[in-house]
Formats: sequence, C-alpha cells, structure tokens
Amino acid sequence: MPVTSVNVQHLTKRFGETLALDDITFDAGKGELFGFIGPDGAGKTTLFRIMTTLLLPDAGICKVEGYDVVKDYRKIRSICGYMPGKFSLYHDLTVEENLNFFATIFGTTIRENYDLVKEIYQQIEPFKDRKAGKLSGGMKQKLALSCAMIHKPEILFLDEPTTGVDAVSRLEFWEMLKRLKRSGITILVSTPYMDEAGLCDRVALMQNGRIMTINTPRNIIRNYPLSLLSVKAGDIYRLLGDLRKYPDVHSVYPFGQSAHVAFHGPDIEKESLEKFLNKKNHDVVEIMQVEATIEDCFMELMKTPGEVINH
Amino acid sequence: MSSSSENIIIVKNLVKKFGSFVANDHLTFEVKKGEIFGFLGANGAGKTTAIKILCGLSYPTSGELSVAGFDIYSQREKVKRNIGYMSQRFSLYDDLTVFENIRFYGGIYGLRKKEIDSRSHALMQRLGFESARNKLIRDIPLGWKQKLAFSVAILHSPKIVFLDEPTGGVDPVTRRQFWDMIYETSHDGITVFVTTHYMDEAEYCDRVSIMVDGKIAALDTPDNLKLTFGAASMNDVFIKLARG
Amino acid sequence: MKRFRGFVIKEFYHIFRDYRTLLILFGMPAVQLMLFGYVLTNEIKDAKIAICDPSKDEVTRRISDKILSSGYFILEQNLNTVAEVDPVFRKGVVKLALIYEPGFAKKLEKTGKANIQIIADASDPNTANMLVNYASGIISNYLVTMNTEKVPLRIIPEVRMMYNAELKGVYMFVPGLMAMLLMLISALMTSLSITKEKELGTMELLLVSPLRPSQIIVGKVFPYVFLAFIDAVIILVLGRFIFGMPILGSISLLLLESFLFICMALSLGILISNITSSQQVAMMISLVALMLPTILLSGFIFPVENMPVIMQVLCHAMPPKYYITIIKSIMLQGNGIEYVWKETIILIGFTAVFLAISIKKFKRRLT
Repeated sequence: MPVTSVNVQHLTKRFGETLALDDITFDAGKGELFGFIGPDGAGKTTLFRIMTTLLLPDAGICKVEGYDVVKDYRKIRSICGYMPGKFSLYHDLTVEENLNFFATIFGTTIRENYDLVKEIYQQIEPFKDRKAGKLSGGMKQKLALSCAMIHKPEILFLDEPTTGVDAVSRLEFWEMLKRLKRSGITILVSTPYMDEAGLCDRVALMQNGRIMTINTPRNIIRNYPLSLLSVKAGDIYRLLGDLRKYPDVHSVYPFGQSAHVAFHGPDIEKESLEKFLNKKNHDVVEIMQVEATIEDCFMELMKTPGEVINH
Repeated sequence: MSSSSENIIIVKNLVKKFGSFVANDHLTFEVKKGEIFGFLGANGAGKTTAIKILCGLSYPTSGELSVAGFDIYSQREKVKRNIGYMSQRFSLYDDLTVFENIRFYGGIYGLRKKEIDSRSHALMQRLGFESARNKLIRDIPLGWKQKLAFSVAILHSPKIVFLDEPTGGVDPVTRRQFWDMIYETSHDGITVFVTTHYMDEAEYCDRVSIMVDGKIAALDTPDNLKLTFGAASMNDVFIKLARG
Repeated sequence: MKRFRGFVIKEFYHIFRDYRTLLILFGMPAVQLMLFGYVLTNEIKDAKIAICDPSKDEVTRRISDKILSSGYFILEQNLNTVAEVDPVFRKGVVKLALIYEPGFAKKLEKTGKANIQIIADASDPNTANMLVNYASGIISNYLVTMNTEKVPLRIIPEVRMMYNAELKGVYMFVPGLMAMLLMLISALMTSLSITKEKELGTMELLLVSPLRPSQIIVGKVFPYVFLAFIDAVIILVLGRFIFGMPILGSISLLLLESFLFICMALSLGILISNITSSQQVAMMISLVALMLPTILLSGFIFPVENMPVIMQVLCHAMPPKYYITIIKSIMLQGNGIEYVWKETIILIGFTAVFLAISIKKFKRRLT
C-alpha cells in the first residue's frame, strides 16, 4: 500500500460487559474503497464512531490521515465526511435545505462544491423542494451521501449505507461509490450484505467485535480451504436433511435454490454423492463443483475462530 | 411445494389509494396452502401497504380479498386469529423474559395456560433455549431473538405467517438456520408470506412476486423468472424489472 | 458567523414547520393567562358582612363607613357580642365579620394602637382570602389618612382564618404566570429541540462537523431567546389591557429582567438536554422538575412564609421566586433597580452556574 489513510492498531472498546471491539488492527490506503462486512453486533458501528471521533477507544491507536482520533479530533472532524447508520437528516427540512445546512456548517456553499456532488445530487434535484422525511429509501441515501460529500472531505465513512434499501438502490449506490473513488477519495464502508464485498478493493470480515480476515475479495475466496459442490434437487428441505447425513461432509447450507456442500480435501466424488441421493429418492437436477462465495467464506471463518491474517 | 392446491390467500383487483396516490394498483394473485411466497419490491413500491391490508390492519379502497378462508371486510377478527406476524422492527418485548414473551403472545391469541406451557416447552426444546427461559430478551443474541420471534409468531398454529424482512442484519449462518425453520413451517402446512431485501433469499421461495410502482410486475417460480428475463440470478431479475 | 446564521435559520425552519411547537409557543400564554385570570380574579362585589362594634365611637364608625362604601361589602347584620359570630356564619350568608375591641378610639388615642378582628368564612378559601385582603387594605388606607395629623397610629387588624394563606393581591397571577410560561417555553423547548437531534441521529453529524460545542448550543438556543421574549411581551400586553395589571415601574427594566430570566431558563434547558438523550425524558424532567416547583415553591400560589423551614430553604433555591419578586416590585410598586439589585444578581448567578455546567458537560463525543 502506498500511503495510509487510516491506521488502526489494537483498538479495543467495551460497553459494560460486552466487548464491542476486540483488538482491531488494520490499515486502509489512500484512495482505497475498504469494506467492513458483518452482521449486526459485529462492532462495525462502534468502529466507525471511533474513527469519526464520536467515541473514545478504551485501548489502541486510531489515526485518520495521520491525525489521532483522541488528540486531533477537531482536525479530523473538518476533513472527514460521515454518513451514520440511521438516516440522519432533518425530516422537516427540504432536500435543498438539508444540503444547504450541511454546506453552511462546514463553511462552504452548495455552489462552491456543486461539482463534487453533482452526479449524485442531480438524481434527487427534481425533488429538491420535497421534505427529506418524504423521500424513498434510495433517495434518502443519495441525499445523505450528498450531505456527507458537500464539504469536500478527504475521507468518507459510510456506516451501513445500504441497509434496508432495495436491490436497485443498492446497485446504484455502489455505482456512485465507484465513481467517487475515481476522484481519489478514501472510502470506508460497512455493510451486512455479503454480496457487496466483491465491490470493494479490500474487505474486513467482522464478527463479534473481531476482524476474522482482511484481504481482497478475490484472495478471500482463493483462501477458502474446502471443496464446494452445489446440489440442486426438487425438494430442497428434504435434500438439506439428507445431505447432512452424507459421510465426510463438512457443512451443508442452502444457497438460493441449491445447497452448498463443503468437503475437506480436493477430491470430490460427484458420482457417489449422486448415487447416495438417488437412493434417498431425490430427483437430482444437478451437482456441480462451484467456487466459494464470500458468504461461504464468512460462514467457514465463523466456524474456525483462528488467527487473523492480515495481507 | 405443498401437494394441496387449496388457495389460502385470494386477492382480486386490490386497489389502495391515499388521496390521489395509488399505492396498490389492481393487484391480483393467489397463494397456495403451505407455500413459501416471496413478496418483493423496491422501497416504496407498495409492499407494506399490501401486507397491512392482508393482515387486516387497514381496509383496501376496493377489491376482493380472502385470507385464510375469511373475507377481509366482514371477518377481520377471524382473519387476525388465523395469521401470525413477525417484523424486524416489532417482535418481542426487550424487558420481558423469553418465557414471559411466549406467555404474553399465547395469551393474546387465547391459548389456555396448559397449551401455553406445553407449546412453550416444546418450542424452547426445539430451539435449544431451555437455559435462556428466564433471561431478558435484551440479553440474548440477535439471532436467538429472531428465531424466537418467529416461533412466537406461529405459536398459535396460524394458517399463514407474514414475515416482514425477518432476517435483516443477522449473520449468514443464523440466516440459514432461520430459513431452515421456514422450510419446516411450510412443511407443516403453514403458508409463509415473506418480504426480504436479500435477493438470494428470494430463491428459497416457492414463488416470488415482484412489485414495481404499485403493480405486480412479475409472479412465478424463481426458475421461471430467471428464464423469462434471461437472468442469472434473482438479483438480476429484480434489477431488470425495477429499473424498467 | 455565516455558519451560525445558517444554523439559526435551520432552527427557525424547525419551529415554524411544527404547528404543535407554534401552538405551545403562542397559544399557551394566551390560554393560560385567560384561565388563571378568570379563575383567580372572580371579582368580589356586595359581599355580606357582619359588624360587632361594642365601642361605637367616631373612629369605628368611620372605618365601618369606609368599608361599606367601598362597593365590595354590604352590611347584613350588626352583632352585639362576639359569641354571635359563629351562628351568623353557620347560616352561610355572611362571609366576613369585623370585630372592634371595646373602647377602640380611646385605646387608639392612648396607646397608639387598637385591634380589629377580621373573621372570614374560609370554606371558600380563595374568596375569604380576597375579602380579608380588601378589608385590611381599606383599613390601612384609612390609617394613612389619619397619620397625616400626628404620631403614627396603628390599628392592628387581627386576621383569623382556618385557612392559613397570606393575604395576596389579585395581580399576583400575572407575574407568576410570566415566570411559569417563560420557564416552560425556554427550558422545555430547548431541551426538547436538543434531544430531538440526539434521537434523530443528526447530533452525530453536528458533532462530526467543525462546529464547536458552544456554537451548537448557542445556535440551538438563540431562536428561543427571541420567541420567549415575544411571549413575555404578549403576556404583559394581555395582562395590562385585559386584566388591568398596572405597570408602574420602568418597562425597559422589566423587559431586561425578563430577558435575564429567559437566559436563566434556557441554560437550565441546555443542562437538562445534556443529561438526557430522549425527548420523552427531557419532557418529564422539564415538567416535573421545573414546572411544579415553579408553581408550588415560588410563592406564585402558596406563600413561602407559611411553609415549613425545609421547604422555605428549598424555595430560596428556586430561580422563579426571585424573578417574581423582581417583576412584582417593578410592576406593582414602581420600584427601580435599586430595590431589586439583589435578586437580579442572584438570577445572574443562577444563569452563570447553569451555563458553565452545561458547556462543561456538553459532550464533544457520544456518551
């Protein structure tokens, strides 16, 4: 990595008895699109709040663009853009008033930085006189991103921007992020949707306050230690039950209309599995070897709480 | 899929207007007994409005609707008695224990004390929650909460259970365990009517309807939908449809 | 400055787009004033009284004439002995009895003081209170005219009531109401508007912005200074022209003191919002911890002097008490700053302390 934008070392945060962040360490490079992927309660929001100086860590170091989140919090606040997890804009202000307000408190104007937000804001500009509370999920998101961008931040923190948003809006949102990335801005984004991992340069898979692995999506999949078969049959419910009884099987999970069956070792006997299933009266539609998805990897990592490998 | 072809939900020309805004524009569809029916749509496409009507929480502007064999206009209370409902937002009381929640919901649906006791016992055994019986809901993990919320929603053996984004934010393993429960429920003959933003979950459904701008733009099995729209996944189908 | 202006404009948008806020801001003063006005000032006319005058001299006659010609009282019965008071009251017609001590004028001349007993039927305490108030007022007035001549004379009206309230003026409620409403609007509204930002999650965004905590606080509070001030003026105007409330002292001093009280209440509101994170809790604290003491412990309705010592001490810790004292003094007695500087300094002290704690406690981060 050429230049570091965010540097986090051994970050720990407790809330009472719960360990929200457990020894988090990572680096995000300048201009990188870095994803934090994990379910609710993984610690994503806590991590984002520490990086945006809203929370103090219990232990560890967190630096944003070289500034320390504890000592230099004022400096960080003027250079970062933040989109909190909950839709946090003023519902009773119009689209334009919201954007205008956030421009003003950062000491700038919409006109001055219009070019920055143009592409995103243009999509909602026809509704600029509508109250923000009356926007659809996708439009709210675009407005929130515009507000986070309007002061020309050097780094963007987006906490679960696509949660609860439909697939189309999610797609559009990621397309926006990709275009933004081209302008050289560093983007840290968190999401519970595993399928969004592939859209990031690098991702950290998080669970229970810990980072299970950090790598490019490609490498995470490459490092998947098992062989995987996708099995499709008429009655998926019965299929899952029977597959779990098959000897040597490591795990069986439903994936869409098929089941992903993982085995140890590279040798997979498709034929014997097919025979086994036929004996159980399954009308097997297809069995084929497939590449793991990030979700397969995530589930596998959840099973084996091993050492964090940082690449 | 269930062998029975009895229709448990029949919707004909459902229209719901808010002022001049048409939230549901002539919806017509049927859901079979024991079916897992996926109800998808973009934000603001009118899903929530339709579900509220099906659950008897609001009246349609016009249209014929029968849910669980009862007319939605004249037999609203009977409809409510025969459906279960679970949403991500409202499900369990945080400051009550696991058992108190079960007892409360059992009580709402008029289950007798003995029934509540035996069913909650069976439920906790099946989920492996016996140790958590007297724990407050806020102290148990999210995944447990969701499984429990689902079990509570079907505690009174409804004919249909409505699940509004039941798996938001849970980890992939818990999500799959949750779907295992859904399959089991459907196997027991309970119809599952589910909304989700996870497009891979749409593929778990027997049939899927996709709403766009208040209308049902497509309704078929996931396989057929992918075939019709020449798409590799339900995600692509959805995007093709919703983008117009 | 530009940032600050943007902030204040945004606050005004919030206020003017929420009709409930507007209703509370401008509807409530008027409604409260009317309510209190008509409940507390049921004007007394032609109340039946009984008089027991064993001395029947010139002074007692003059006093009785004064009282009976005031328009408030009508003589129902002359009593011969004090013992007749009770049966007369029991009939329920007579509301007030005046009992002069025997040899009234003589005693007054000799010792310089004489006693009148004023007994009121306190089954309706408010009316009794007012009647006694009127009667003793008339007597003191009479004394003033007598005193012009020679050595100061004192007639001591001995008031006896089952009800222990201090004698109060009818105009008491306007100052009390001003204190209550300004407190409510300033403290409640600001604490609500700040906790609303916390609930919405927008406080996170404000904190992450380069705005300083003091800028956020002042920006949120500024519009309410303005609005509360308008309210103070509304109450004064209504009180003056509908209820004939006199304003004898300097109006600018009155407004200045009101401004000070508003600032005090606002800093209290900020303090509340600092220790709570939901609108609901802020509302509860404002209503229970501010409104009730303002009504009960400020001397607004119940006189402080008659409370147990502990409560009296507590009363002195209530800022509205000082404000009420100040504006009563200015409005009713026409006093200037030289009479109220002590109270003013105490109010300034309260404001400074609340503000200092608020700014110190305002979190630059979450939790």
